[in-house]
Amino acid sequence: MDTASAYGLSELAVQLLVGLSRSMILFIIAAGLSLILGVLRVPNVAHGSLYMIGAFAAFTVNTVVGGSLGFWLSLILAPLFVALVSFAAERALFCHLYEREHLMLLLFTFALMLILGDMVKLFWGVEYKSVTAPDILKGSVMILGQPFPTYNLFLLVIGPVVGFGLWLFVNKTRVGKISKAAAVDRMMVGALGINVSWVFCTAFVIGCFLAGLGGALVAPTMGLTLGMDHAIIMEAFLIVVIGGLGNIWGALVGALIFGITHSLGVMLLPQFAIIFPYVAVVIVLIFWPRGLLKSVW
Amino acid sequence: MFKGMIHKGSLSALAGLLAVMLILPYFMPRFYLYLIASILVMALLAMSLNLVVGFGGLFQFHHGVFYGVGAYAIALLITKTGLPQWICFILAPFAAALAGLIIGLICIRLRQLYFAMIQISLGSLLWALAFRWYDFTGGDDGIHGIPMPDILSGIHNSYYFILIVFTLSIIALFFILSSPFGITLQAARDNAQRCEAIGVFVKRHQLFAIVIASFFAGVAGVLFVVLEGSVFPDLLFWVLSLEILIMCLLGGWFTFAGPIIGAALMLSLRSFIGMQTEYWTLILGIILALLIFFLPQGVWGYILEKVKPHKEAVVEREA
Repeated sequence: MDTASAYGLSELAVQLLVGLSRSMILFIIAAGLSLILGVLRVPNVAHGSLYMIGAFAAFTVNTVVGGSLGFWLSLILAPLFVALVSFAAERALFCHLYEREHLMLLLFTFALMLILGDMVKLFWGVEYKSVTAPDILKGSVMILGQPFPTYNLFLLVIGPVVGFGLWLFVNKTRVGKISKAAAVDRMMVGALGINVSWVFCTAFVIGCFLAGLGGALVAPTMGLTLGMDHAIIMEAFLIVVIGGLGNIWGALVGALIFGITHSLGVMLLPQFAIIFPYVAVVIVLIFWPRGLLKSVW
Repeated sequence: MFKGMIHKGSLSALAGLLAVMLILPYFMPRFYLYLIASILVMALLAMSLNLVVGFGGLFQFHHGVFYGVGAYAIALLITKTGLPQWICFILAPFAAALAGLIIGLICIRLRQLYFAMIQISLGSLLWALAFRWYDFTGGDDGIHGIPMPDILSGIHNSYYFILIVFTLSIIALFFILSSPFGITLQAARDNAQRCEAIGVFVKRHQLFAIVIASFFAGVAGVLFVVLEGSVFPDLLFWVLSLEILIMCLLGGWFTFAGPIIGAALMLSLRSFIGMQTEYWTLILGIILALLIFFLPQGVWGYILEKVKPHKEAVVEREA
């Protein structure tokens, strides 16, 4: 990666596709965060830790089962494990705090982040871990005469699938509709005789499941380290904010902006690539302070 | 609300505490002296944050940025410019205040979580710059071995310097909070609409509070450099900002001295538990969760409530 002039049009296109596939993981994580923000109105700082747990759990499944079966199983088992952890945390602790001030809820999720982060250290140790993709997703395919990693292609497929599934859940199922209503007016939903606490629990667990899925999906693309929770959570927050709080399609738009500006940055100014998405976020927020799409609150 | 704190008893207690702090270096081991000095730095940072969060009611979620800007400002001014060092010491907090003004001007149009988020994104921008701009800020290595005036060399001298600046700063913060400006700020927190109705320009008050808080965060940043002699991008990272929010919570929002107690608790916990086990964040997380459940008004807030069960003890914030 030397200078911008070294890139032809096809390199540019492939680089953008790489950015796009990175966006898909960001989208899955941010969509979960957005769901929790929209329904519970809590910025879940522990989301990054749950993502990290997802990645490490995927590592465990991969080493125990092994082979490509291990990889496919890890895509299901790791998010389920994360969902279980979040369910326990929500029912045991978090659900008793819903009446409190928002700042308290936020700080509680921060406490959860501290606890979960050290739990990962306790169970998985401090060593660097890595997961290999199954043979079918290894290597690369040629796109526009440029090699493009097969795994990124897989991500490009799975992102829209998850997005569609989430859309189905929110708009077509009873629980989804109730949680949408609870996001707008929780008092009224409660007055209609619906147990709002359980609606919150469902939304929280599904959101955390998505964080775990993001972690399991990201595992083959990078080394798993203990700091990965800190790195992702801020990005996910900013994506949710520029998209519009609680809006799942907003999370998609935000993730695309984030991923594409980052890959543009890699091409133009590799040293400052991580600054590009932040600049994009600031520009969006200056002109559309409430996010690009309609937010739920 | 501060009237109760200025009565003779607490004033002489404070004077006694200050006297003890002044003679500490003569019998305290270096390790504890260093710990106390870093507590003072963090306490000043947390108090400056509490000015906007506790008393201003703003969602200042990335206050660490101004601390980092102050620290980086003095590091860069000393290492890159030929200015006399005492000028650098004076300029650095103003650099932080300027950052506060610019970021504040952009954020103040928004409220609550949106305010917090745009502040976090602007702060992350600065962090990413400091993290990557190797030629200027030293990148992720930071800048080490920043030359300090001879008068500040050694832990004893820097301890005294930090103690003096800290004391002057909290006196200043105290007077700012009990001035008409401070009272208006709290009124705007409790009921912004009513304040607007009687002719207070709420946003301008809040912006001014952000600038003042950033200035004192910058002072804390300078003190950090005096103590450590180095800067690194973690000073601007959002984790630090959440940590100081927690110090305010631990000690008690809405109380003047709460953040000092919070900073002292947090840093002592970190160094003493950190000596026993590497899992100190786990224990901190558990303590924090327990506090949120059982002591939401914070340690100092709880003590004040017990000592003075009257309404002035803890100013309740309207929901």
